[in-house]
Amino acid sequence: MTVTTIADRSIHVDAEGFLTEYDEWDEELADTLAAQIGIELTDEHRALLRYLRVDFADQGETATLRRVSAQTGTPVKRLFELFPAKPAKKMAYVAGLPKPRGCV
Amino acid sequence: MKELVILGGGTAGTMVANKLVRRLNRHGWRVTVVDRDNRHVYQPGLLFVPFGDAEPARLVRPRVQQLDRGVRFISGGIERVNTEESTVSLDWGLALPYDQLVIATGTSPRPSEVPGMDGPLWQESVFDFYTLDGATALRDRLATFEEGRLVVHVTDLPIKCPVAPLEFTFLVDAWLRHRGLRDRVELVYVTPLPGAFTKPVASERLGHLLEERGILVEPDFLVEHVDNDARMLVSYDEREVPFDLLVTVPLNMGADFVARSGLGDELNHVPVDRHTFLAKGYDDIFAIGDANDIPTSKAGSVAHFSVDVFVDNFLDHIAGRPMTRSFDGHANCFVESGDGKAMLIDFNYDVEPLPGSFPVPGIGPLRLLEETHTNHLGKKAFEWVYWHVLLPGHPIPLPAHLSMAGKHRVPAGSPPSEKQEA
Repeated sequence: MTVTTIADRSIHVDAEGFLTEYDEWDEELADTLAAQIGIELTDEHRALLRYLRVDFADQGETATLRRVSAQTGTPVKRLFELFPAKPAKKMAYVAGLPKPRGCV
Repeated sequence: MKELVILGGGTAGTMVANKLVRRLNRHGWRVTVVDRDNRHVYQPGLLFVPFGDAEPARLVRPRVQQLDRGVRFISGGIERVNTEESTVSLDWGLALPYDQLVIATGTSPRPSEVPGMDGPLWQESVFDFYTLDGATALRDRLATFEEGRLVVHVTDLPIKCPVAPLEFTFLVDAWLRHRGLRDRVELVYVTPLPGAFTKPVASERLGHLLEERGILVEPDFLVEHVDNDARMLVSYDEREVPFDLLVTVPLNMGADFVARSGLGDELNHVPVDRHTFLAKGYDDIFAIGDANDIPTSKAGSVAHFSVDVFVDNFLDHIAGRPMTRSFDGHANCFVESGDGKAMLIDFNYDVEPLPGSFPVPGIGPLRLLEETHTNHLGKKAFEWVYWHVLLPGHPIPLPAHLSMAGKHRVPAGSPPSEKQEA
């Protein structure tokens, strides 16, 4: 784990830049994180990020794309448009959550 | 007489029934297990069926035989749980009243959830190996498979025994090599995750296993449909993975009655407190084993460790006392890596799989995150333990909670000589 500076704040991140401290995230930081991967956040993005944050707090794991889709009513195809190429990874990154993972 | 009703006579349900019946009968409780059939399958054995290393019929035993004589067994499909009336309706008309309910109906592969997966190619060129049927059909197909592109695919998480697809990949690689066919087969592993390994220490130590064996990995692949005419997997972002033989792990979902009863999430798994397994919003319904939504592996070892914690908690719960024991997500899984070798992984909600020795710190005989023949023998010997020790609910000298003793904390990237004993 390392400490980096994003938007003039000290943030704890893992080797790939994913936030490791749930509470260091806020919506302002999300804008900066999104900009770093070339995404400008709209309200549609932000609603998904809020769902991801709440679900993680409840479940202890980052929601899968299928779960995000089912729970928010957003088609999976739309998730690929909003967070192009690797939506699961990108949503987790911008939401300040661990990337989706398996058991090994 | 109070009623404990356990839905499902698989690994978790059988252990719960056998462990509780001895402690509940004398307190005026009756223990009932409901299942739709009387066939208990030793699921870890399914992995070996496609390679002819396990005889399908030998993996099945009657459920009733695994249950203590004090447990009542009722056969029938479950229509729904009526939470208002505290009854369970069975498909042949019985309404079974409960004071406490344990849902242990597991999770199962649903090929029909992905368009085209159960199409014309199903069990012709597209197979699963998580069912007796599927594993047996795959065995017959593999017997005549000599060349082409063999794709091992995971639809989405969570799946039961999440290392099994990797194990299958290692085993099929070794199997093809031994038959002199490996050069004629392209072997591809397709996963919705960012890689075959996603935990830092496991990736660091095991990532080479795939590369060394010439296994291609297609990461971040979320399948949208299976194209039966073109014989390929197509993802939501329109990537295509052609195959001659597809071995897929279909989407896993909990039992349909869970959804009908309003007790499940979008995959019919029951949301529970991850430390006590009490269903959220209820004080008379628990869900244990693969049927719940706890964020650890869906695996027999998790069911086993869960039951150990659950049994004490349950006795407190029905006596009106707070539940004091807390499950930590402990899982312990053998990982077959081919050529008569296996690895062992041990982890929980907070601690990723680490290298070291198990179960005796510093001695083993099993090695964590390392390929050894002894680990493989451990996996094979487990079948006897499962039927004769685990299911009957006899004590096994393994603690329910993860222990750090004998494990090494490895800073990512450090060479082996610098590893420190924890």
